[in-house]
Amino acid sequence: MDNALGTSPDDVQFRFRDDEVADHAAVTVDACCDQTNATAVRIEPGDDARVLLPFLDRLALVEINFPSFGDGRGYSSARILREAGFTGELRAVGDVGVDQLSHMRRCGFDAFAPDKPLNEEDAARAFAMWENVYQRAVDGRRTIPQIRHGDRA
Amino acid sequence: MRVLTGNDLKTGDVIWWTGEGWSRHVDDAVDAGDSAEQILATEEAALRVNVPYVIEATREDDGSVRPAHIKDRIRALGPTVRQDLTLKPKDPEAIDWVI
Amino acid sequence: MYKYDSYDQEMVDARVEEFRDQARRRLEGSLSEDEFKPLRLMNGLYLQLHAYMLRVAIPYGTLNSEQMTALGDIADKYDRGYGHFTTRQNLQYNWIKLEDTADILADLAKVEMHAIQTSGNCIRNISSDHFAGAAHDELVDPRPYAELMRQWSSFHPEFTYLPRKFKICVIASEKDRAAMRLHDIGVQIVKNEAGELGARFYAGGGMGRTPMIAPMIRDFVPLDQLITYAEACLRVYNRYGRRDNKYKARIKILVHELGRDEYVRQVEEEFAHMLEQGVEPPREELERIKPFFADPAFEDGPKTLDRSDPDFALWVDRNTNRHKHDSYVSAVISLKPVGGIPGDATGDQMRLMARLAKQYSFDELRIMHTQNVVLPHVKISDLHALWTELEAAGLGSPNMDSIEDMIACPGLDYCALANARSIPLAQRISERFNASGKTEKLGELKLKISGCINACGHHHAGHIGILGVDKKGLENYQLSLGGSEAEDTSLAKITGPGFTEDGVIEAVDKVTDVYLAEREGEERFLDTYRRIGMAPFKEALYG
Repeated sequence: MDNALGTSPDDVQFRFRDDEVADHAAVTVDACCDQTNATAVRIEPGDDARVLLPFLDRLALVEINFPSFGDGRGYSSARILREAGFTGELRAVGDVGVDQLSHMRRCGFDAFAPDKPLNEEDAARAFAMWENVYQRAVDGRRTIPQIRHGDRA
Repeated sequence: MRVLTGNDLKTGDVIWWTGEGWSRHVDDAVDAGDSAEQILATEEAALRVNVPYVIEATREDDGSVRPAHIKDRIRALGPTVRQDLTLKPKDPEAIDWVI
Repeated sequence: MYKYDSYDQEMVDARVEEFRDQARRRLEGSLSEDEFKPLRLMNGLYLQLHAYMLRVAIPYGTLNSEQMTALGDIADKYDRGYGHFTTRQNLQYNWIKLEDTADILADLAKVEMHAIQTSGNCIRNISSDHFAGAAHDELVDPRPYAELMRQWSSFHPEFTYLPRKFKICVIASEKDRAAMRLHDIGVQIVKNEAGELGARFYAGGGMGRTPMIAPMIRDFVPLDQLITYAEACLRVYNRYGRRDNKYKARIKILVHELGRDEYVRQVEEEFAHMLEQGVEPPREELERIKPFFADPAFEDGPKTLDRSDPDFALWVDRNTNRHKHDSYVSAVISLKPVGGIPGDATGDQMRLMARLAKQYSFDELRIMHTQNVVLPHVKISDLHALWTELEAAGLGSPNMDSIEDMIACPGLDYCALANARSIPLAQRISERFNASGKTEKLGELKLKISGCINACGHHHAGHIGILGVDKKGLENYQLSLGGSEAEDTSLAKITGPGFTEDGVIEAVDKVTDVYLAEREGEERFLDTYRRIGMAPFKEALYG
């Protein structure tokens, strides 16, 4: 495939899914919209995740690239896909550090392929960082306000 | 002269390169010349200085060192509005030196 | 005021340990400074000119005696005996060690305080009216809404790496004492025709190098959709705010470049989508928060006082604000002694203010964006005793909203971003105007001084503004006139070429002379400027 890109299963350091790791070359968002057979796509920070919504059924893997960890557009992209019901693998790739992991999980990422492999212990602590959370996101967790009021929301 | 400065990683103190190590006193600073960037890279990597950079300064006749920019003179002394907290709390001319 | 429950406490405690771990990784070298910087900033830790600086959050400017005492104790234990109250109603310590920071955060956590999100490209501490819950003219107390937003914005998973910092302000009166329209989002609690409370939203205000007044983006958001609407505003900004140029990254540039209407259209679209996602906290949450801000047990008492001491009478006239209960006032403790450093307070002064709050103000204090402290609920019959103690401690300056009550950022004496010093100007101006007796004649005159274009000293919003710039290595100051941060929000205009330090002090004197010569009736400096325009002032300065 001409415009193949993306990480390989070997690059994935953390994964919170039981299904087989998708081993598909990802394509760009533009290419994904043009090709009817693409099953993996890579979103760059400037891409509009919503253009993928018509194709979610055939996508097994969406990679969201963080060229720089300080560019937080990928968090919105991830959440938008999960809000639309995407159930495939959502993989954070690029400049992903220990201190971003907990928020990324909350925004729906379930696989992580950082450029620089992370210290396993630090990462485990980061994933377990928040026992409770204030906001409703797309990780299905009951929020602190919901717990306070008997989960009626 | 080219003088190296930065902050101590642990304490945040302003420090100056003396040729052998780091001092809180600007007058201990030496001309790092062409090796300035090399020294900075080595020292920062060894965590002996944080956010270091090179400045222009002059060695005065009395041997003291005067950074070219007011910002670094304030760093060298301390806040001009709290002389009691500067490195020269009792020197009446210290603030004039900054300005 | 709000008390943490076990969940709030657990969040803050977890953050202390997270930071302790981050600092350890930095000190060991496994985090580079580039990697550590955004993490420490999100805990309010800067590297400034002389040391690390720690900014502590004071949510919506409200704190109790125990918290103020803890702030004083930290100043003595870990810093050099003082702290600086800021225009964001926060407190900054100037001489902090990285190796102590986690311990300081732990001390803060013990009194339900923290430094979370006091810097970084995230949602910052939420500001509010310093007279909230006390002012006679408010619709409701805005702080329950601010607290709801505080919780929502704390560790928000989607909005931690925004294009740039994001400041929210919540007020609930027509009179704006919090510079609401100069925030990224300004919220005003209002009542609609049906008598229901709701939130009016403004977006895209701010100061900095491109000052803008926020346009209204929705006149009424039902209160049970408040968080959902804010979430929509933030998502549009996170996705489309500029990231190519940090000077164009604030939401004001997005709103300006898209146009208010297009921004509103995008927010409304996202809002409709968000409503389906159910992100709003349960309704009961706001009802849970409200009682924390219920009125204390006010008692009827004398409504007048003995004004025979002229110094006391002057202080009462200048430094007290009408209270919703007619036996009480809100009293302003000035942190602007003549020749002093605006906003600085020693550990001893903080502990004294804490004790006075306990004794005279139902255990409550407020920080003003003008860098003063308020005791919100003081019995009129207690005022003289309070004033006597304040006077003795050097905290009784009767100068609220006068030229001596200027805002000044730390400037080049402390700040790594500054181009010129701000504090010496403030000191010299207050000494000069106080000595000449001119302060009194000028009445309300808001002077605001910033040491660089970032405008932490709000110079764009000053009746008189001063901006410090670097002119070929020398400090230089631009003068501007006609700004206001109040409900009549306006942006100041530059008079012309800049001045030296001596020159700008002369210039302030000259423009106030023009005002005194031209004013009609009860006009303030700002009113006269608006009536006669820039020309007469320019003539006096450069003619």
